[in-house]
Amino acid sequence: MAQTTRDLLVDPMVDNNPITLQVLGICSALAVTSSLTVSAVMALAVTLVTGFSGFFISCIRNQIPSSIRIIVQMVIIASLVILVDQVLKAFAYEISKTLSVFVGLIITNCIVMGRAEAFAMKNPPVASFMDGIGNGLGYSLILLMVGFVRELFGAGTLFGITILPSVNNGGWYVPNGMLLLPPSAFFVIGLIIWAFRAWKPEQVEKREYKIQEAEAH
Amino acid sequence: MGARNFFDRLEPHFVNGGKYEKYFPLYEMVESFVYTPKTVTKAAPHARSFIDMKRIMIYVVVATIPCIMMAFYNTGFQANAAMAATGIEPSGWRAAVLTALGIGFNPDNVFANMAHGFMYFLPIYVVTLVAGGVCEVIFSIIRGHEVNEGFLVTSMLYVLILPASTPLWQVALGIIFGVVIGKEVFGGTGKNFLNPALVGRAFLYFAYPAQMSGDSVWVPVDGYSGATALAISASDGYQTLAANGMTWWDSFLGFVPGSMGETSTLAALIGVAFLMLTKIANWRLVAGCLLGMIAFSGLLNIIGSDTNPMFAMPWYWHLVIGGYAFGLAFMVVEPVSASHTNMGRWIYGALIGFMVVMIRVINPAFPEGMMLAILFANIFAPLIDHFVVQANIKRRAKRYV
Repeated sequence: MAQTTRDLLVDPMVDNNPITLQVLGICSALAVTSSLTVSAVMALAVTLVTGFSGFFISCIRNQIPSSIRIIVQMVIIASLVILVDQVLKAFAYEISKTLSVFVGLIITNCIVMGRAEAFAMKNPPVASFMDGIGNGLGYSLILLMVGFVRELFGAGTLFGITILPSVNNGGWYVPNGMLLLPPSAFFVIGLIIWAFRAWKPEQVEKREYKIQEAEAH
Repeated sequence: MGARNFFDRLEPHFVNGGKYEKYFPLYEMVESFVYTPKTVTKAAPHARSFIDMKRIMIYVVVATIPCIMMAFYNTGFQANAAMAATGIEPSGWRAAVLTALGIGFNPDNVFANMAHGFMYFLPIYVVTLVAGGVCEVIFSIIRGHEVNEGFLVTSMLYVLILPASTPLWQVALGIIFGVVIGKEVFGGTGKNFLNPALVGRAFLYFAYPAQMSGDSVWVPVDGYSGATALAISASDGYQTLAANGMTWWDSFLGFVPGSMGETSTLAALIGVAFLMLTKIANWRLVAGCLLGMIAFSGLLNIIGSDTNPMFAMPWYWHLVIGGYAFGLAFMVVEPVSASHTNMGRWIYGALIGFMVVMIRVINPAFPEGMMLAILFANIFAPLIDHFVVQANIKRRAKRYV
């Protein structure tokens, strides 16, 4: 692996983004992005867990028996998640209530497991740490973009501060209620993927079939 | 043939190598609107049919004419009647025009109703055509496909299923969402697995529930609230509808509050009869949808419920209230998003009939279920086809062991 630290950090942002290219970690991206504050906390939590789990798993990668490696990875990831959960409960109780079960579900987040299995098991600790942070940042980027769109147009606020005064509070903006419902994140993520692939056409998958041309112009 | 000469003179500029090559879809749109589409199949099988895409779409638009007429009349009638009943003074530009022309606001005057309704219909329709049309043209220029006549149908259906009081910017947002997310991202007409008009309507329904549901949106008079037949039946039972001034015949003919074009069951049935006669609409879809609705509402009638008055609603009421008849006539039979096998069409229709009663009666969150039922079945249509085809393959494989 001749990847430099910069590659490890920057590649997952756009070129190999865990959400838009690998389409992993979608469930939490749908669930927690209705406001930017919650998205930011979730993004931070996932980034830290991915980074440190990569580091610790990589440290003991030569001692892990291959047959039980998933269980060992899970134990490490779970301990980190519990740590994050407790810290949130102690210092940001309101947000941890909003995030509720989704902090716990970071354990099963495909991005964390995926990086542990695909990268940390084969690479030295520092590179694994950087790779984890990079992928976490790629996840964070999308989460923040979705959270930005959903909170701004769904509620007219950003981080809870009013940007577009809504009609109910005497302003002019009619909030788009659909953006506060989780399925709207599907549309937003879909549009982001569309934009990314229009920008980087090499991300577009090959067609699985070819439509027969019936006519020639 | 002055116009033909005009097109022939222009055409070289738009075909390959011409000055405005990029804008060929625009030229093609106007030309095939005036004449017939030039494209013919060049690969086998050389099936000859007089039914081309343009004819299908024009037939559907023709079929909506009774509904459009009723939309004019009923929208104006509801508004005029509400103003006469409550004494709310007419205001705004519509009132200014109607007063200036001396038409007035008499709910007994058919022409006054039509004129008033027309002035609600027209702005919504124009906004729909402009906003949706711009998206359509942008996509066809970038993607290099033709602007399809299907948009005429989509825009007409979309307008007919909106409440008359919908703010115009929401109208524009809805049709843009419907055209882009419901159709163009999947490759345009013929590849849309959802009905674009319904996608736009559903978007508005979930995004702006205050303007799309409730009692005050159906009659476009400020401060007047006229509950739909569905809302009344959900709270007090269908038996009280007559006391609220809605007899079965009112509902059948369409003189009740509701979205602009969907109130009249008679108009929708005329439309679907025309479509079935011309074989644009497949009768199996209609029959399946009726059967599913009648069977399931009959079952619920037998089961009964002490707390939910909707259980007792008989099938002939389900038929005439809400958007059932309109959806049946123009949305269920849409060939692209429905199932394509004959057996699949029965199942697809029955699924919609079942779901619409299910949502209306059992789901407390949504009073009307036609839109959601059709979108739901749209998603299942390819799956239904798949199983029908697989079953057929299995059946025939068994025959030759």
